[in-house]
Amino acid sequence: MTSTLKIAIVEEDRERALLIVDGLREAGDFDITVLGDAASLSRRLSEINPDLVLIDVADPNRDVLEALTLASGPLDRPVAMFVDRSNDQATKAAIEAGVSAYVVDGLRKQRIKPVIDAAIARFHMYSRMRTELAATKAALAERKTIDRAKGLLMQARGLSEEEAYALLRKTAMDQGRKVVEVATALVTAADLLR
Amino acid sequence: MSRIALDCGFLPLVDCAPLAVAREMGFAEEELLELRLHPQPSWSAIRDKLAFGELQAAQMLAPMPVAMSMGLGGVPMRIDALSVLSVNGDVIGVSRPLSARMREIGGAGDFTSALAVGRSLITAMEGPLRVGVPFPFSMHAELLYYWLGALGLQAPADLDMRTVPPPRMAEAVSKGEIDAFCVGEPWGSIAVEAGAADLILPGSAIWQFAPEKVLATRHDWAEAHPEPVSRLMRALWRAARWLDNPDNRMTASEILARPAYVDVAAEIIERALYGRLKVSASGEERRVSRFVEFYGSAATFPWRSQAAWIAARWAARTGIDRAEALELGRASFRTDLYRQALGPIGADLPNASEKLEGALNQPTAVTSSRGEMFLGPDQFFDRLIFEPPAPSSMR
Repeated sequence: MTSTLKIAIVEEDRERALLIVDGLREAGDFDITVLGDAASLSRRLSEINPDLVLIDVADPNRDVLEALTLASGPLDRPVAMFVDRSNDQATKAAIEAGVSAYVVDGLRKQRIKPVIDAAIARFHMYSRMRTELAATKAALAERKTIDRAKGLLMQARGLSEEEAYALLRKTAMDQGRKVVEVATALVTAADLLR
Repeated sequence: MSRIALDCGFLPLVDCAPLAVAREMGFAEEELLELRLHPQPSWSAIRDKLAFGELQAAQMLAPMPVAMSMGLGGVPMRIDALSVLSVNGDVIGVSRPLSARMREIGGAGDFTSALAVGRSLITAMEGPLRVGVPFPFSMHAELLYYWLGALGLQAPADLDMRTVPPPRMAEAVSKGEIDAFCVGEPWGSIAVEAGAADLILPGSAIWQFAPEKVLATRHDWAEAHPEPVSRLMRALWRAARWLDNPDNRMTASEILARPAYVDVAAEIIERALYGRLKVSASGEERRVSRFVEFYGSAATFPWRSQAAWIAARWAARTGIDRAEALELGRASFRTDLYRQALGPIGADLPNASEKLEGALNQPTAVTSSRGEMFLGPDQFFDRLIFEPPAPSSMR
C-alpha cells in the first residue's frame, strides 16, 4: 500500500486540468493522468486502472464512472464514491466545491485526504479565476461600447471627447440609467440607421 | 396551513413533465408548496445532492432507489420511491449502418414486435453488440438485458452495455462508439434529427408497463417530514391527472420546451407526448399508443412488485442474496405513504400493493378503494409472468 497513488483526473478543460495537476503535485508524489476525451473515457480508465478518480460533480460524464462501482469481473476492483462517513462536513465541502472522487476499496483515508483537500483548493481557485475573467471581459466590453458611443457623438455633433462623455453621463443621470445603457442604445440606433 | 419550500432535482427529459406541470400549472401552489426545480447534469449528481441534503426530493430512474437501498452503486443509502412519475417512454435506436443491414437481411420490423425486431437485430449485428444506456441503474438497461437476454445474447460476451450521457448519445452512435442505444425522449428523436440513428422499437414493446421514473427522497427524510411529502405527492398526482387529458398535451409541450426545462423545440417534445415518433431521417412516422404514461392504469402507484422485479433482476446478475434483495427493494417503494397522502383527496387506490407483473393482456378491472379500477395491459414481450414471492415480513 506504499506504492505511488495512481490518480486519474477527468476534465475536458485543459487549463483547469493543469491547475489541478499542479495543486496535487504540491500535495505529494502521485502518478497522475488527465483524461479529456469523453469518447474514450471508459476504455482509458480500464487501461490505467487508477486508485482514485477525480471529476467535477457537475460533469455529465460522471454517470459513465458509475459503471466502475459495479465490480463485474473477478479482476475488477470495487470502487466507491469517496464519502467521509466520519466527517459529513468534509464530504459536503467537497461536493459544494464541485469535487467528486471515486476510490478503490481498501484505500486508507489518510492517503486520500491530502488529494481531496488539494483538489478542493484548486477547484475553488479555478472558479475564482473564472469569475475574475468574466468580470474583466464585461468591463472591457462596456468600455468599448462607451468609446464607440463617444465617437458617434463627436462625429455627429462636433464635440470633443470630454464633451461627448459628459453628454452621455448627463443623459444617463437624467434618465436614471447607467452610462453603458445609454451608450448601448446609441450604438444600436446608429447601427440601425446606417 | 403554512407555506413550505422544497428543492427538487430533475433531468431535462420529456418525462420530467409532472414536476414541470406541478409548478407551472399551479398544482404545487395550491398545496402552498414552493416547488423549486433544479436541473441536474447527471443521475450521479441527483443522487449525491439528495444523499447529502442539497435536494429534498428528486426525479430518479425507477431502479435507482431499489439499487441504492440494496447497497449497490457509488452511494449506498436507503432511498424511497414515493410515487411513480412516468411509465414507459424509452426508445431503442440503432446506427444508420446497422439499420441498413437490418433492412437488407429481412426488414427492420414493424416497430411493434420486440421478437421480430430483436431477431433481425441479432442477425444483422457484427461482433458483440455495443449498446449505450444513460445509467447502469436504469429501466433502459433492464429492458435491454431482458429483451436481448431472452433472445439468447449473453452479457458481456455478445452484449456490451455502456453508459453514455443522453446528450452524447447521437454523437456516440455516429462516431461508431456504440451500435445501438436505449434512451428517454427527446434524445432518441434528436439522434434521428441529427441523422445519426434510426429508431427500431419503443421500450413499451418489451414491457407494456415498465415503471420509468419515480419521485425519490431519502428514507429518513420521508419519515421525518410527512407534511411536505404529502403536499408534494398530491401536487404531482394532480399534475399527472392534468397531463392525462390529451387536450393539455400541447400546453405541456410548450412548457417543457422552455430553457428552464428540456430546452428543445416543442415540435420534438410533442412526438413523445402524442406517441407519434419519427423513426428515421427520411421521415417515416410510427404511432405508439401509451408511449409514455403519466396517470392511466394507476401509473403513479409505486407497486412493490415492480420494485421486486427490479431487485430480482439485479440479484440474478450480481449473485447477491435474492431474498434479502427483494425485501430491501420492496421496502423502498412506499405504497404506505402513497395511500396516506392520496387517499384523503379521493385518488382511487388499488386494494393490493403487489400484483403479478406481466399477466394482463388488456385493461382489466381490479378492486380498489372506490370500487374498481382498470389496470393493464402490462405484458412482457415473451409473455412470461413475474410472480413476486411472498414477502417474509409485511411492513
